[in-house]
Amino acid sequence: MSIIRRHLPWAVVAVLGAASLAVIALARGESISALWVVIAAVCVYLIGYRYYSLFLATKVLGLDPTRQTPAWKYNDGLDYVPTHKYVLYGHHFAAIAGAGPLVGPVLAAQMGYLPGLLWILAGVVFAGAVQDFIVLFISTRRDGRSLGDLVKQEMGMVPGVIALFGAFMIMIIILAVLSLIVVKALADSPWGTFTVAATIPVALFMGVYLRYIRPGRIGEVSLIGFVLLMAAITGGQLVHESPTWAPLFTYDGKALTWMLIGYGFVAASIPVWLLLAPRDYLSTFLKIGTIVALAIGIVIVAPPLQMPAFTQFAAGNGPVWSGNLFPFLFITIACGAVSGFHALISSGTTPKMLDNEVNARFIGYGGMLAESFVAVMALVAASCIEPGVYFAMNSPAALVGSTPETVAATLSTWGFVVTPEMLIQTAKDVGENTILARAGGAPTLAVGMAHILHQVVGGKAMMAFWYHFAILFEALFILTAVDAGTRAGRFMLQDLLGTFVPALKKTDSLPANLIATGLCVATWGYFLYQGVVDPLGGINTLWPLFGIGNQMLAAVALMLGTVVLFKMKKDRYAWTTIVPAAWLLACTMTAGWLKLFSADPKVGFLAHAQKYADALATGTVLAPAKSLEAMERVIFNDRLDAALCGLFIFVVLSVLVYSVKSVFAARASRKATVQETPYERLPADTRLSGHHA
Amino acid sequence: MLEEQVASLGRAGRYMAQSLRLMVGVPDYGSYVEHMRRTHPDQAPMDYEAFFRERQEARYGARMGRCC
Repeated sequence: MSIIRRHLPWAVVAVLGAASLAVIALARGESISALWVVIAAVCVYLIGYRYYSLFLATKVLGLDPTRQTPAWKYNDGLDYVPTHKYVLYGHHFAAIAGAGPLVGPVLAAQMGYLPGLLWILAGVVFAGAVQDFIVLFISTRRDGRSLGDLVKQEMGMVPGVIALFGAFMIMIIILAVLSLIVVKALADSPWGTFTVAATIPVALFMGVYLRYIRPGRIGEVSLIGFVLLMAAITGGQLVHESPTWAPLFTYDGKALTWMLIGYGFVAASIPVWLLLAPRDYLSTFLKIGTIVALAIGIVIVAPPLQMPAFTQFAAGNGPVWSGNLFPFLFITIACGAVSGFHALISSGTTPKMLDNEVNARFIGYGGMLAESFVAVMALVAASCIEPGVYFAMNSPAALVGSTPETVAATLSTWGFVVTPEMLIQTAKDVGENTILARAGGAPTLAVGMAHILHQVVGGKAMMAFWYHFAILFEALFILTAVDAGTRAGRFMLQDLLGTFVPALKKTDSLPANLIATGLCVATWGYFLYQGVVDPLGGINTLWPLFGIGNQMLAAVALMLGTVVLFKMKKDRYAWTTIVPAAWLLACTMTAGWLKLFSADPKVGFLAHAQKYADALATGTVLAPAKSLEAMERVIFNDRLDAALCGLFIFVVLSVLVYSVKSVFAARASRKATVQETPYERLPADTRLSGHHA
Repeated sequence: MLEEQVASLGRAGRYMAQSLRLMVGVPDYGSYVEHMRRTHPDQAPMDYEAFFRERQEARYGARMGRCC
């Protein structure tokens, strides 16, 4: 009886989720409401959390509520603080959620909403949330150590260093691709450029206010900053409409690239309290607020999905990114399904604040479910705008042309109903000069969000405001990520170079800092510039590299989890990490291989380089290159990207070899060989903020 | 009954505020003072301003950034 009572509500949830998925699956040729997608997703999350994460917590990992956590052991009131699980959940979610879950699903929508949706849901339950959870668990049982240290400890020195180096290269690509998104959104957009530029003086003011006028009053200064930001959006409209001011804020991609590189260098060199910290406050709070607003908006408006469940590009050859569904869908949507970068967060600040081991389930597994929901919302936002508009925004000019007339004509031959007037009107609605060739996700998402939110607040007149609000919200946290990332990259580089030139290691020496910062900015700046001048939009090149790198890091984290499970003598449950790790290895290895060796120049870097090299040998100039020197640059960049791709493959293969060795060693041993910090009992008087569900 | 509800609402509000502050890297100041009083009664805790600056430096001086 009690079994029935315990499981009956969950059975109802399961039936509801299955029914929603059935509606989605059976609706062919007619648009369905986005609510079905939301309900299906939430039901999947609830069932996954209630059953699978409980299985992981009790059977696989054996979370122990009596075991002391690092937060209690090292409690210093600063880094190590036992924190209530709801409070820590917010912290963890804010740290893992960024641009990734917003951009990937938008790009994946070119195949229709269904492939992306299914991957997000299956990926998060069996791979992404598992990874975040198990890494958090492993780190918590080892004094809150970082991923690199954990790999070193459990597998050996060499794979540890290799994994860290891989993480550094992935970060460079992330910085380049995030900056590219900002450039794509702001190119030829005086409104957007003004608004984003205005955030710099706003942040500087907040920094001074917080340091000298009213020290430490975060809430107060964030409110002031928010009001100023809204004023900046309104001011942007005036700039957009003014014939004297608009040209001052109208730049092409190349000019914006140089500005961004200069900005990155300066921002990473000045004190953190002046610019980075205050903008981080704004972007964090705006991010949380916007995500909540979007969720409410989708539920209230329940927009119909205009994008078909599958487009003809599900078979490959799409204009936004090239390649087939397998493996490229699974690297295009990384964050939201599974993201290796989360392993760095789950082994960063969060394990130092976990008040009880059992809460790793709620924070690790549950936190990732929330991020996945953000990805589902992004997919909904991209799918509720006209498919014709979606493809006009995301297809490179080299494929579809550069005027509304040619774009509409090309898209019509693909079977999408779109007129030049529609494209011009959409641009006008959102207060832009053009919406063509804005690949990168942010502008598409902004149009989708404006489409949803203007129906809740403000009506048609507010659509341009909401569009620029969405652009601002994304640009703000991307810029924060850019200078925080540049700083982190600088430290890594100083460590790395310090082994050869000891003087560079001093983080308090100004010349050493400037050199390292300059090198770091130059590296991501190079990839950014390459992406901006790429006629196929740059995203086509950089996003797969990012996706491959990020998913490989996830594979590394899951392989670490597998090694630890074998060392714990939990062999019979090791499939929980082996299956997702194997899947990610299959996807990333295939994708990496195709990126290197595919004969299709649109997919393979080397084939593309060869095409240009052949032309160069006969002295012909291939568009878009305009000179033989430009041809040489294209060839060089292709080979550089190929080398990077090869490097990622090398990193993940070597970690695979070391994990297999560690697994065999663990199996050969009669007793558990896991290297946890010894068990200490949690003091009885410490309160528990949550129990097993 | 009503008092209980008000109290739980107040508690939820406090958790929310704590969580928002922790999102930008500032843990609960009260817990820090309490910790210092209990375990290091001989040392004077930092005042809120010093505590805030210390946390700010620690967050952005860290070697690992945040997610994409």
